[in-house]
Amino acid sequence: MHELSIAMSIVEMAQEEAELRGNVHIQAVHLRLGLLSGVVKDALLSSYEIACETTALEGSQLIIEEIPVEIYCSHCRTERPVHSVQYFCCAECGTPSAEVTRGKELEVFALEIRE
Amino acid sequence: MSPEPRMVEVRKNVLKQNDVIARALRERFRNEGILVVSLVSSPGSGKTTFLEKTLTLLRPHFQVAALVGDLATENDAQRLSRSGAPVKQITTGTLCHLEASMIQKALDGWEVGKLDFLFVENVGNLVCPSSYDLGEDLRLVLLSVTEGEDKPLKYPTIFNSADVAVITKMDLAAAVDFNEPTLDQNIQAVRPRMQVLKLSAKTGEGMHEFLDYLQKLQRRRLQTAYVRLA
Repeated sequence: MHELSIAMSIVEMAQEEAELRGNVHIQAVHLRLGLLSGVVKDALLSSYEIACETTALEGSQLIIEEIPVEIYCSHCRTERPVHSVQYFCCAECGTPSAEVTRGKELEVFALEIRE
Repeated sequence: MSPEPRMVEVRKNVLKQNDVIARALRERFRNEGILVVSLVSSPGSGKTTFLEKTLTLLRPHFQVAALVGDLATENDAQRLSRSGAPVKQITTGTLCHLEASMIQKALDGWEVGKLDFLFVENVGNLVCPSSYDLGEDLRLVLLSVTEGEDKPLKYPTIFNSADVAVITKMDLAAAVDFNEPTLDQNIQAVRPRMQVLKLSAKTGEGMHEFLDYLQKLQRRRLQTAYVRLA
């Protein structure tokens, strides 16, 4: 369970951004979370609330966009969704591939602020 | 305060700090010609036994050292020290994984440049270590024959963060009705073309192939380091 330390990094990062912008008030943090990031969405959401306590972000929302896994398919010669995380092959043609092009994201994408 | 909230784009990797340190470590290891191998697995898969055997077999011919992560106790470091190699324990407290900064700190005071191989044994956990780059060249995911052939399907993320799968305790395969083709199939399903090594640290079966593989990587490492300096 490493979601709490990740949540604390998110809060820290958001606070720095708020300061850079003249101590704006952050209402929500938008996060992109890849399905192969190794981070569990629900655990992160509850950890976020705890991490926000007694900080300027208390009461703010964490909005998570889950990013599906994509691989490079050598047969289709393009990026394709994976069949499933238990079965790394092209969802279109079934060619196996371990070349992950999307789905490992753990990125603070945007902030909703009030000035 | 304005009544309407406004969206501002940030686009920052949450683990950036870890990744920056990991990149610096990797660069340093490359320049100094050391091959760094990390081990991840669930608790009880035989990481420490495997590593003790590896250190013992490499030590007469190479400069080797190990860092070992655990929530508590120095037991693993004591076990690994029996190999005669320098070993340092990293006690993480409640943290379920190692981070790049811990590796950096643990290496303080060591003459890293004199080493040929450095091994890093992660905390026994098949989930959390997958998110953290440690600057290693090679990540091994260990799985013992007693754990069940469907483990790759249950933990696809860690298999995706690793380079090579090592199946341990092969000496117990018959006793636990280990189904080798099923495990192979499951590993290939979550990570197509993943290299799989099967061995027993207890009997020594398969250790030779593993050490050969490491030496080949190390020779390649020295060549690339040589080219870089030339």
